[in-house]
Amino acid sequence: MSRYIIRRLLYMFVVVLVVSIITFLLMHAVPGGPFTQEKALPEETIRLLNERYHLDDPLHIQYFNYLYAVFIPHFTTTPPGTSYQDDFMLNVKIGPLWIRWMNFGPSYGARGRTVNDIFRDNLPISAQLGVMALFVALLIGMPLGIMAALKQNTILDYLGMGAAIFGVSVPVIVLGPIMIWIFGIALKWLPPTGWDSKPPFFLGFLPTKLGWEFVQHALMPSVALGLGSSAVIARLTRATLLQTIREDYIRTARSKGLHERTIITRHALKNSLIPVVTVLGPLFAALVTGTFVTELIFGIPGMGKYFVTSITNRDYPVIMGTILLYAVFLVMANLVVDILYAYLDPRIRYD
Amino acid sequence: MTVESKSIGAGGMPLTQKRESLRQDALRRLTRNRAAVVGASIIILLILMAIFAPLIAVKPFEAQTLVDQNKVPQWLVSIFPTMGPYARFSSEYLLGADYVGRDLFSRIVYGARVSLAVAFIGPLISLFIGVIYGSISGYFGGRIDDIMMRIVDILYAFPTLLFIILLMAFFRSTLSDIQPGTFAYAINQLDESMGGMLFIFIGIGLTAWQNMARLTRGQVLSVREKEFIEAAHTIGASHIRIMFRHILPNIAGPLIVAETLAIPGYIATEAFLSFIGLGVNPPTPSWGSMISDGSRAIRTYPNQAIFPALALAITMFAFNFLGDGLRDALDPRLRGTQ
Repeated sequence: MSRYIIRRLLYMFVVVLVVSIITFLLMHAVPGGPFTQEKALPEETIRLLNERYHLDDPLHIQYFNYLYAVFIPHFTTTPPGTSYQDDFMLNVKIGPLWIRWMNFGPSYGARGRTVNDIFRDNLPISAQLGVMALFVALLIGMPLGIMAALKQNTILDYLGMGAAIFGVSVPVIVLGPIMIWIFGIALKWLPPTGWDSKPPFFLGFLPTKLGWEFVQHALMPSVALGLGSSAVIARLTRATLLQTIREDYIRTARSKGLHERTIITRHALKNSLIPVVTVLGPLFAALVTGTFVTELIFGIPGMGKYFVTSITNRDYPVIMGTILLYAVFLVMANLVVDILYAYLDPRIRYD
Repeated sequence: MTVESKSIGAGGMPLTQKRESLRQDALRRLTRNRAAVVGASIIILLILMAIFAPLIAVKPFEAQTLVDQNKVPQWLVSIFPTMGPYARFSSEYLLGADYVGRDLFSRIVYGARVSLAVAFIGPLISLFIGVIYGSISGYFGGRIDDIMMRIVDILYAFPTLLFIILLMAFFRSTLSDIQPGTFAYAINQLDESMGGMLFIFIGIGLTAWQNMARLTRGQVLSVREKEFIEAAHTIGASHIRIMFRHILPNIAGPLIVAETLAIPGYIATEAFLSFIGLGVNPPTPSWGSMISDGSRAIRTYPNQAIFPALALAITMFAFNFLGDGLRDALDPRLRGTQ
């Protein structure tokens, strides 16, 4: 197993490297630089800016410098300064030695802020939204699927699966405005926009005060984002549970005279969860990238706005940083799911 | 085809029964599925609406009448009562006018063209690339398969939505300052004449084929070793002939089902791209860009976002219903999965 994990981690590294090369080339292939604006800056200013951010270096040099700053740990004896070059994600002091790792560079658009600043202040909000949406997806999806399977071909089953089709058919950009209008404006039950959590965050990403205010703000966006995934989970749970309850060992359990509830929870449900776990990887990916749209609709100060504006502004470090970070998320999520899979189903061996 | 077969059934009773071909059987099951029929009917209506848009929407979709900004018909106030105090009325607009005085109804009707174009061309591109890629990979197997599937795995790690945004940014701006006469210029012209849809197709095509490639590969692997393929080999059929005459028809079912179920995703992607301003070029109406415009005024004029949102939802519903029905019809064992 550990060999498998090491192999996967190495593979992950290759994937992230390829993603970084493609992204780097693609974004530099877009004409215009970060400082070409409608109202042109003086040539001298642009020259100085380009010089400051080393944008005149050959592309491969720029790329390797970027990789060096992000991936290679730095060891120095000087304490970190305030310049963007000193803004590392990780700053550990061991004796006289400073170990620093992951400098994603400055943001050209948000002056005075580094990509790390954006990650520290805005990424946690996206993460909170994504996790909440995953909770919503599981909390709605699993019971719905279980109910539909246990009451197969009854009105409950049809209603549940009808709701699931509804769920996959309304993307966030449909559900968002409709929910905002109904619950935020017409009924005034929930705040239509915004997010009640600001930096600094607890443990780097958790909201510091987790109260009613936070839930009020988070409810609509999480449901809007999570509903589609809950439908996927509901359908899958139903399908696998239907398959499992026809297995021989369930019949054995019944003939032993076990309580129906015990059969379902202890025997059927546990085994039918395995396929559900496998979709959590892609599902999590969909939710994480889905946060972008949701944030734009609900006016949530997460990563969404930064990414979209960074692309139109050619804010290279923000583009690179965001795509790399999300790529790492995706491969990590899939790795975790695969390991979890082997853990849940002892028949699966990766060696 | 139907075959009359006379044979001896159980207990020595002669049987006369009609046998149906697989396709007829599937079609019968599909037409019995009420949800699928409803979905198909909605899609047909939408297609008719898109084709005859100029007849249905009498007002031109791009005409701006600034004095009619945000005007609404009287009946809308009973649905959106918050508008009551400040709404300005005009019965000329069926669903109201938008922030520059364009008829919302016309724009929704014409917007069907964009969504439907994506719904039909998206799958074609994804099938074209995915099936060729997947079948080469599955058919030849071995090293080729290994390498090709590793490439797909790597592309899988791309955050699709972010990648497509990057691609669209690349397309949209690269081709803005290029010389006439070049290939890029020609493509740019073509895209402009299509209202910006060409690049959406390319963007969707480039990000959506991987699933199809994986599925095709798996299916090819499962039929590759069957006897009839071996038989085709022995009579000297070429690889291409085996691929297209023998393998593809046998794996078409799952591919069609998967692609139909992927259509709502394509529609949503286009709407999303238009929502963030990287989709169709204005003034081409797209439901996504209308929702984006309308969202800005959702507190005051909810009709501007909610009607296009409903149009989008209905269309996605219809395709989901049809896709589900197709899946159940083509492979009843899969009922309720996916």
